[in-house]
Amino acid sequence: MSTDLQTRTAAQPGERARAPQGPWRSNIGLKIIMAVSGILLVLFIIAHMAGNLHVFEGREEMNAYAAGLRSFGEPLLPHESFLWIMRIGLIAAALAHIWSAVVLTRRAMVARPVRYASRKPARGESRHAVATMRWGAIVIVLFVVWHLLDLTWRTVNPVKDIHDAYGAVLATFSPERWPVTVFYLLALVALGFHLRHGIWSAVQTISGPNTKWRGRTQAISLAVAVVVVAGFAIVPLAVTFELVS
Amino acid sequence: MKLSLRIWRQPDADTPGKMVSYEIDDVSEDASFLEMLDVLNERLIAEGEDPVAFDHDCREGICGACSLMIDGQAHGPQAATTTCQLHMRKFKDGDQIDVEPWRAGAFPVIKDLVVDRTAFDRIIQAGGYISAPTGTAPDAHAVPVPKQDADAAFSAAACIGCGACVAACPNGSGMLFMGAKVAHLGLMPQGQPERHTRVLGMVAAHDEAGFGGCTNTGECAAACPKEIGLDVIGRLNRDFRKAAARAA
Amino acid sequence: MSTDFYREGEPIADTKAPAGPISERWEKRRFSGRLVNPANRRKLRVIVVGTGLAGASAAATLGELGYRVANYCFQDSARRAHSIAAQGGINAAKNYRNDGDSVHRLFYDTVKGGDFRSRESNVHRLAEVSTEIIDQCVAQGVPFAREYGGLLDNRSFGGAQVSRTFYARGQTGQQLLLGAYQALQRQVAAGTVDLHTRHEMLELVIADGKARGIVVRDLVTGEISTEIADAVVLATGGYGNVFFLSTNAKGCNVTASWRAHRKGAYFANPCYTQIHPTCIPQSGEHQSKLTLMSESLRNDGRVWVPKRRGDDRAPGDIPEAERDYYLERRYPAFGNLVPRDIASRAAKMVCDEGRGVGPGGLGVYLDFADAIKRLGKKAVEAKYGNLFDMYERITGENPYERPMRIYPAVHYTMGGLWVDYDLSSNIPGLFVTGEANFSDHGANRLGASALMQGLSDGYFVLPNTISDYLADGPFEPLGEDHEAVVAARKEVDDRIAFFLNNDGDRTVDSFHRELGKIMWEYCGMERTDEGLRKAIGLIRGLKDEFYRRVKVTGKAEELNQQLEKAGRVADFFELGELMCIDALHRTESCGGHFRAESQTEDGEAKRDDEHFSYVAAWEYGEDAPVLHKEALEFEYVKPTQRSYK
Ligand SMILES: Cc1cc2nc3c(=O)[nH]c(=O)nc-3n(C[C@H](O)[C@H](O)[C@H](O)COP(=O)(O)OP(=O)(O)OC[C@H]3O[C@@H](n4cnc5c(N)ncnc54)[C@H](O)[C@@H]3O)c2cc1C
Ligand code: HEM
Ligand code: SF4
Ligand code: FES
Repeated sequence: MSTDLQTRTAAQPGERARAPQGPWRSNIGLKIIMAVSGILLVLFIIAHMAGNLHVFEGREEMNAYAAGLRSFGEPLLPHESFLWIMRIGLIAAALAHIWSAVVLTRRAMVARPVRYASRKPARGESRHAVATMRWGAIVIVLFVVWHLLDLTWRTVNPVKDIHDAYGAVLATFSPERWPVTVFYLLALVALGFHLRHGIWSAVQTISGPNTKWRGRTQAISLAVAVVVVAGFAIVPLAVTFELVS
Repeated sequence: MKLSLRIWRQPDADTPGKMVSYEIDDVSEDASFLEMLDVLNERLIAEGEDPVAFDHDCREGICGACSLMIDGQAHGPQAATTTCQLHMRKFKDGDQIDVEPWRAGAFPVIKDLVVDRTAFDRIIQAGGYISAPTGTAPDAHAVPVPKQDADAAFSAAACIGCGACVAACPNGSGMLFMGAKVAHLGLMPQGQPERHTRVLGMVAAHDEAGFGGCTNTGECAAACPKEIGLDVIGRLNRDFRKAAARAA
Repeated sequence: MSTDFYREGEPIADTKAPAGPISERWEKRRFSGRLVNPANRRKLRVIVVGTGLAGASAAATLGELGYRVANYCFQDSARRAHSIAAQGGINAAKNYRNDGDSVHRLFYDTVKGGDFRSRESNVHRLAEVSTEIIDQCVAQGVPFAREYGGLLDNRSFGGAQVSRTFYARGQTGQQLLLGAYQALQRQVAAGTVDLHTRHEMLELVIADGKARGIVVRDLVTGEISTEIADAVVLATGGYGNVFFLSTNAKGCNVTASWRAHRKGAYFANPCYTQIHPTCIPQSGEHQSKLTLMSESLRNDGRVWVPKRRGDDRAPGDIPEAERDYYLERRYPAFGNLVPRDIASRAAKMVCDEGRGVGPGGLGVYLDFADAIKRLGKKAVEAKYGNLFDMYERITGENPYERPMRIYPAVHYTMGGLWVDYDLSSNIPGLFVTGEANFSDHGANRLGASALMQGLSDGYFVLPNTISDYLADGPFEPLGEDHEAVVAARKEVDDRIAFFLNNDGDRTVDSFHRELGKIMWEYCGMERTDEGLRKAIGLIRGLKDEFYRRVKVTGKAEELNQQLEKAGRVADFFELGELMCIDALHRTESCGGHFRAESQTEDGEAKRDDEHFSYVAAWEYGEDAPVLHKEALEFEYVKPTQRSYK
């Protein structure tokens, strides 16, 4: 080199990398937490949906499946231990998911302190997500609470026998309780939208596919969302319209 | 043509602003949006009023100085076009047009339509470079770069730092801007040694400046005048995950 | 001679360039220049005004060296300096194509291209350093265009016979500037550079004969402050906006240079302006700037106008036989690829004949119909798609179907503050780099050479030469109460107060537009004795009116864009007058300066080496400027008359 320049100063990488909080509390870090927990929830939801379809096999089969969940792994594992491992994992995932969602939503509100006076409809690739993710999430939370009171604890369900899952499902969606079915379907729509965006969004957050694969992930997301919504919806519809009894 | 404009007027950072209406006649179809504002300003000055302040410089769509939320769309209705390159033939006689500044906590309003975008510079300071002090470089042909990588790096590097992505994002996030730089430098072999520290530093500066997080809605990419795609955000996420895992 | 307009002073000379073989001079100078030891650099403060290629590269490099740097720009970010807009590319004598290029050839082409009005030593150094620039930029991660093998691509630019232009699609300036900007931001993070954006330099502080600081206005708060240092570097770009309409960014101005000039710095060759032939024509009175279309378009596009004057048929309806492909006709060897000044003047000539097309008859066609037939629409789109889109956005016309309309526009100013081989002005401690100085391009700049010069000055030349001056520092500290500081501040305060208190009724822009029209008409593509004299009178009259009638709204202590403009336009008036005087005194034609009185029989520029082989360095004078001549000697490239027939 012809120029002879000596002393060089630059920021130390260590200094540069010092985040206000650790990397996992950064926007992207939280987003990764949300994505991983979301994916766990998706897996649960898919399994749950598949399980629900046992309704169509009749009372015995359905209740056996429910009992099976409790006795899974016995005698190697104590009674209900598998179920509790699943539940704890699920609760942890849900809490992580909700916590990260709340923190990020608050940060997003701070990031846009003054609203625009004029707004056009969203035009982005996942434009529906703008309106549906957060509102949908509230619907889902309400639904989950109801769902637990109804089918898990049976507080609001006429069938109190914990072992009669089949009966509880039939009771809750019986034709005269049609508003429950409507609410259930509404929550499903919210869930569908949540998944349609959530699944590809999680993949984008975790693995950052290229443009081609991003398109494919979006298609897969939509397909999964449709299958999940259909799979869940078919049960209450079948009960309400008395195709199962 | 004749237009009614509603423009955000705010005398300084500390005084609250409001939308003010102006009627303007005889706007030429061939004028650019900023030239239309020039004409309005000439009139305001003649009437002894304070002209509307807005940022601009090159008026060629490359410096990134111009901004403006036009009818709720960053840089207006035409895709891949900065405000300075937007021409009035895209509007109709009698249209009402709302003009607002970029709105983000990280971009405080200085006056009228002028905002402070130095947060972007701070993100670059936190790692958006390759350390190559003058005079230390090997011959330019010492390291070949596959054409696809060079082209992809260029596409990301085409970002003009205008901030439309932040303005359009429902979360006021700067991820597209940051992703564009991370992708540009991360695609070049010269950028590898600092790849991890770069992304951690930039993300920290981004958050500290008060930008929100990304929800992958794609509003940024739709508004970006340089058509930077969401793939750069994917790269940013990926690099960040690896770097954070290594740092942990 | 027109001594009623100026006086002639003592000749000057560049005393810094060493003698001896030209290829050893830079090496010699670097060795003879004194160094500053690293521990002392921390005690030396350098102001760099400007963050374009020339400023950002200098500030970053000086910071890396350990000096304490204060860096200024008027934009909201250093990255927006006007260099960002350069499209075509950057030259370097790498000879990667093995097509016969060399440092000597680049040197030769640049001296010749400058029509023998530049300094050989400077140009040779520029050619030498050019190769290092590419290395430096690649190391910074600049994504230059590459070939499939992964090596850098080159193209031939502006009629050069070798392929020595490196490029990054149509955005070379942007990518180079971002490289320099990032290096600069790295130094900001390291604490060696204090960067002040949205600050405008309004005055130079000179104490004991040395440039010691600047007075700046914070464009957001309006606060006036003084920055004191051991040396001041101006990298403030060109002054093409004196024409109001040009391809320059709206903010480009001469204020920093002009304030230095008024304080004693010589202004060299102000009349050398480059007019670019391929710009989008003006569409109406509202027009605020002109947009350059890359010169590369002339590689495939054919330039024509109707043969008949006033022919207002649509271009498609004009049969081949009634078209005049005037460049191909007049310059059969080079055709559409003749140099910029020739292409520009030829366009003006046909428009003056009444054969121009489009609004006001100010335009010629650049037609791609043949190229599309020959190469296919796809190929044309791949090559020029971006440019075609830009054209369509601006004009609303589709260039695939209808020929583009183009017209020349002011593009670059070769003139600038006079500097010696060390890039030092005649004021000790005041250095000038990039387009703001006059140094390397003579009377005409070759395409892709401005970027090269800006980076050469900033990365490699200035950081080496400035140490020779700084070796005497640190200089005595100057307090806020030093008389030079107080006086400089007062000048700034008074000027601002004048504008705000003036009871006027005309906007700054209206004056600027009118000044621009005068400059374009009489000091543009073709200049005459009569026209220039008239222009000087008109400018003086308009300037008087400006001070009487200009109206600036608002306050001093706020973001006030009218106030900013008013100061800039005030300086443009004085510069415009000096440009006309310079153009008037130089009765020859050379490069970008065409005097109608000095042309060959077939209308080509005719130099007058016997009388004008010098740099005209103007000293500011209250009543009339003083001309100092720096004689030019050509030891290596013997002056010849250009011919593109
Ligand atoms: C449209 C266009 C295309 C071009 N294409 C090419 C090309 O392809 N190849 C080529 O080689 N050249 C090209 N050029 C020329 C080239 O871009 C410029 O000559 C060069 O970039 C100038 O660089 P600079 O650093 O000297 O000045 P600039 O980039 O103009 O920077 C000036 C700096 O000074 C600052 N400044 C100015 N005044 C003040 C003040 N009073 N106070 C504080 N700060 C101030 C500004 O803020 C800015 O940061 C082109 C020019 C134009 C207009
Ligand atoms: C319990 C109530 C829930 C709340 C409050 C909630 C909230 C949110 C929020 C706010 C987001 C971010 C939205 C956005 O990016 O715009 C999100 C994303 C997501 N949610 Fe939920 N959600 C809930 C339930 C669920 C359920 C039941 C599932 C799975 C079936 C799920 C899967 C996901 C996934 C995969 C993502 C995407 C993560 C990412 O973007 O990286 N969520 N959720
Ligand atoms: S990513 Fe696009 S929208 Fe965002 S700053 Fe860069 S150019 Fe502007
Ligand atoms: S003014 Fe430069 S991008 Fe619009």
